[in-house]
Amino acid sequence: MLNYLLRTALRMFLTFFVIVTLVFFATRLSGNAIDYLAGEGMTEHDREILIRYYALDRPILDQYLAFLHAFLDGNFGLSFIERRPVIDIVFERLWPSAQLLLSAIGVTLLVSLPLGVIAAIWRKHWLGSAAMIVAFLGYAVPNFILAVVMVLVFSYWLNWLPVVGNGTPLHFIMPTLAMAGVLIAALTRFTRNAMLDVLGQDFMRTARAKGLPEREVIVQHGMRNAAITLLSVIGLQVAGLAASGSVVVESIFAWPGIGDLLVSSAIRRDYPVLQFGVITVAVAVILINAAIDLAYAWADPRLRHQLKG
Amino acid sequence: MSRAPLLSVQNLSLAFGSHTALSGLSFDIARGETVALVGESGSGKSATALALMRLIEREGGRLTGGRIHLEGEDPIEITALDQRRMQQVRGNRISMVFQEPMTALNPVMTLGEQVAEVLRLHQGLDRLTALRAAHDAFERVNIPEPARRLTQYPHELSGGLRQRVMIAMALACQPDLLIADEPTTALDVTTQAEILALIKRLQTESGMAVLFITHDMGVVAEIADRVVVLRQGQQIETGPVEQIFADPQADYTRTLMAATPKLGSGAPRPLPGTAKPLLEVDRLSVRFPVTRSMPGRPGLDYHAVNNVSLTLRPGETLGLVGESGCGKSTLARTLLGLEHAAGGRVRIEGQEITRLTAHELRPLRSRMQMVFQDPFASLNPRLPVWDLITEPAHIRAPMSRAERRAMAGELLERVGLEAEAMDRFPHQFSGGQRQRLCICRALSVRPALIVADEAVSALDVSVARQITDLIARLQKEDGVSFLFISHDIAVVERVCHRIAVMWAGQVVETGPTEEVLRNPQHPYTQRLLAAVPVPDPARRHDERPDITAPEAPKLLLPSGEAPAPYEMVAVSDEHFVAARDRASALLIGMPPAKRREAGAGSATSRGVSASQLDRV
Repeated sequence: MLNYLLRTALRMFLTFFVIVTLVFFATRLSGNAIDYLAGEGMTEHDREILIRYYALDRPILDQYLAFLHAFLDGNFGLSFIERRPVIDIVFERLWPSAQLLLSAIGVTLLVSLPLGVIAAIWRKHWLGSAAMIVAFLGYAVPNFILAVVMVLVFSYWLNWLPVVGNGTPLHFIMPTLAMAGVLIAALTRFTRNAMLDVLGQDFMRTARAKGLPEREVIVQHGMRNAAITLLSVIGLQVAGLAASGSVVVESIFAWPGIGDLLVSSAIRRDYPVLQFGVITVAVAVILINAAIDLAYAWADPRLRHQLKG
Repeated sequence: MSRAPLLSVQNLSLAFGSHTALSGLSFDIARGETVALVGESGSGKSATALALMRLIEREGGRLTGGRIHLEGEDPIEITALDQRRMQQVRGNRISMVFQEPMTALNPVMTLGEQVAEVLRLHQGLDRLTALRAAHDAFERVNIPEPARRLTQYPHELSGGLRQRVMIAMALACQPDLLIADEPTTALDVTTQAEILALIKRLQTESGMAVLFITHDMGVVAEIADRVVVLRQGQQIETGPVEQIFADPQADYTRTLMAATPKLGSGAPRPLPGTAKPLLEVDRLSVRFPVTRSMPGRPGLDYHAVNNVSLTLRPGETLGLVGESGCGKSTLARTLLGLEHAAGGRVRIEGQEITRLTAHELRPLRSRMQMVFQDPFASLNPRLPVWDLITEPAHIRAPMSRAERRAMAGELLERVGLEAEAMDRFPHQFSGGQRQRLCICRALSVRPALIVADEAVSALDVSVARQITDLIARLQKEDGVSFLFISHDIAVVERVCHRIAVMWAGQVVETGPTEEVLRNPQHPYTQRLLAAVPVPDPARRHDERPDITAPEAPKLLLPSGEAPAPYEMVAVSDEHFVAARDRASALLIGMPPAKRREAGAGSATSRGVSASQLDRV
């Protein structure tokens, strides 16, 4: 167990280090921040001072080492624009993002697990085909289209739902659906496949030979096994959604989350915020993955054995 | 037998889609009786079992005619029941044990839960009472430490124990009829003997009827009262077991009997002369690291093969027998250079290969070829036959397409297939034909040695017979040597000049086949031979002595340690047996009965104590 945790921790740290490095160099490729900061009325002299102030005149490797050093000290820097510590700016955006993500995951599980199981059990029936059509629709429609169409219908035409912000429960509906769309499609398909795998297993026949009613065969024996396969898939999908889906959806609905923050800081070339924001998302993805890995190992008795050993 | 039958099957017909799986099957089973349903693959025997449980609809089949009547307090016509009524019958009045104990249990539920589930369902017990009853059920089928098993999961148990759990589950509600579908086919022969004895004992205790489905005539002779022979969905012959074996009426039954290997029906004579060995294995050891060492804790190594020495002469077949996990496949892989040897030497045609790099090994690869167990998985389904079977030769020395096709034609004819078959694909062949293709592929590079790893184990007996005959013919023509790996000793007897018995990573006994089988010295060999079912109902197991298992040496050891050494002691010129030390070697050569008298017993191979030696 200790061995397993140690290895996981080491792997997480290495991933983290690679991400920090990539983020540093990638942000430096996006152009000169001073041009944006300086604006129209600044003299050449003022530019010099600013460049020196942010150490942008030093070799990139020196900048990188200084960046790492500051990072280890817990000094994540100040926003170029807001002049506040980036850690404050980023962390106040975390909770709204997490809320949206959780509500999207909740909706996804509620919809796609039953849909996937139905699609597997009645795979030769119209009901199964219908379930899969719903799932494919989710794949076919990108989240930004879905979001815009929803805004058009429910806000502009019908005027039922608010578009911008996160003030009331009503505000959650459209962003949640926009984020859940692709996820529902993916998870329905995975659920169907996992369930089909399980339905063909010998122990399912054993369960029927015991005299169990079909419903219990499916729930007790089938879904319990399929859930284990699904757990790892859900981990990957959620991580992907946390990283990319939130950027698009939050920008569209002006959701005060981290995705929205990333987009606006990129446009404003606010490196410190962008850097720290990306790193925070990366850390969240790493943590979610590690948690899912642990849960996976715990849920499967065959792996739990190794975990204890 | 004059009693009214418990189960009466009349004129039963089954179909999968438009394919008729069974037509017009009729038989009865009385309480306390065991009926064996015998046949090769495709005979419809498993479909029959599923039909009796009305599970066949789930598997895509249907009943097309006939009646299945179950007697009892509440007589029922099974073909007329709806699924809801059928659920009350399954696991309660009729229950079933399946072939594959490794996959028939739910991997994520504890064993206790799985057995308790049946009791809760049919007897309405609450969870705790049901678990207590599950505990008793485990005890009844002799599962050691039943309380601990309740909370264990299937993967923590051996195949034999899992099958006991399956039986406990099937018998939890004291059914009137137990259907056992090849319940011992996936098990080792000694475990098989234990499970058969268990089913017999439980049947005597409870008086239930048993429908035993099998392809193995040895098992039939061991357990059945009456036999129904099936072939391609047709009932060929029915009768009391003694009559079926002594005086089979139908041609097919006679063919089946003839194809069934019988232990003691004679082995090929050992090759004369002292030709230079083709393959020499000298004190070969293979180990796998299981856990890495950490500060303060040494790692663990699994010693799969220990100090094994063997020789194989040109044109000879050496049989390697042993149960699953004994290291025989690891040994074979190491001989082919696919596994790294931790110690010892392997020489082929005088050249040592254990220290060669992959590159240096390449020219030697064509001298050694392999034929695998599963003819369905070992042929690439996307390649036409001519391409498949000449590929090794083409890799060794590139050939033109015309040359390859010519070669394919020759090869196919040598193994008894038509040359026209070269443009077909593997899925167009039967299991036996595919195994011929695998042999073709091995022969394409004119190897000196072919390793056949359980090459006939997945085939029906009559097909297996044809393949072993083919091997013998090819050997006569070409002088190729075979290392024939099998768990089926009767098959080994028929094809092998010499035999090596493997147990717990060691070769415990080796010598001319005839001599080893007639005069086994090592307690493990004796136990193995005693467990082989004899296709003769007159010589059932209950009349034969039960030999307890010798204590196996530990194979999982901290890094740096090695299993205790042993020596091969000569029994005769060519017959050798493993012994811990000189002292236990003293006992060798004595007949088993005498040895038991001497006090060493056949129960241990770990040497003898001083007091035992005194008595010698």
